[in-house]
Amino acid sequence: MPIVQLLCTRAGFSWVLLIAATVASVALGIDHGTGAAVSVVVLGIAAAKVRLVGLDFMELRHAPLGLRIVFETYCVALWAVLSAIYLWL
Amino acid sequence: MSERLADTAPPTRRLPGEQGTWVFLLGDMLVFGVFFATFMVERAREPTQFDTARRTLHTGIGFTNTLVLLLSSLLVVLAISALRHGLTKPARACTLGAMCCGMLFVALKAAEYWSMVAAGHGAGAGTFYLYYFSLTGLHLLHVVLGLAVLAFVLSQVRRPELSPTRVAVIEGAACFWHLVDLLWIVLFPLLYLVS
Repeated sequence: MPIVQLLCTRAGFSWVLLIAATVASVALGIDHGTGAAVSVVVLGIAAAKVRLVGLDFMELRHAPLGLRIVFETYCVALWAVLSAIYLWL
Repeated sequence: MSERLADTAPPTRRLPGEQGTWVFLLGDMLVFGVFFATFMVERAREPTQFDTARRTLHTGIGFTNTLVLLLSSLLVVLAISALRHGLTKPARACTLGAMCCGMLFVALKAAEYWSMVAAGHGAGAGTFYLYYFSLTGLHLLHVVLGLAVLAFVLSQVRRPELSPTRVAVIEGAACFWHLVDLLWIVLFPLLYLVS
């Protein structure tokens, strides 16, 4: 299977999404003032990127359910805890 | 080798790598999660100082390093896929490419450190900088360990035949490299972008 075909997989698509999300978070994060909502969105994008790396690069999408649940919980908890500290502490 | 690898190719639900690897990876993610939260708590105590210090970081270098690690992760995915299809040459080329990306990350991070220290923003310049150097330094250690792990993968790719156990070890090694990418994905916005 040539490399080009390997790129046309879910992992390849996720990689394009990851690049787009990185560009979007930098565009949002730079010179946006002190908008709390923007920072929470930037943290949300980071958590979504972590999830994509886990599911499609680390192959957790087809991992045993327990491991996948633990990972998905980590992604949500990461965003929720960091955002909560940012907003309310 | 392709037949052996095809036997271990993902069917429905399977564990990538070995169980022990995942205990280590999840533990590392948890420890870094605590570090991230601690940073945010410290940040809440001195928001103005942290934001002023954040603006002295080189966002361009941080952004470039994010792209470099994402490219390296894709190359590792391609290397594993190529290996599963018995394509040792592309697997070797992709692993080497990922290693080059890792080395570029280290070089860029070293340049950033040097530039910051030269500007008087060393680890002793304030709480933000202490956290910045501690968190990115710990991550940099992971990158260096990851490069050693990729060197191991490269040595295995050259083998004419791989046992299922060895394939699992290679998958675990690949997952460690993805962890390095995953941690940076959180560190970058946390340190450079959140105002």
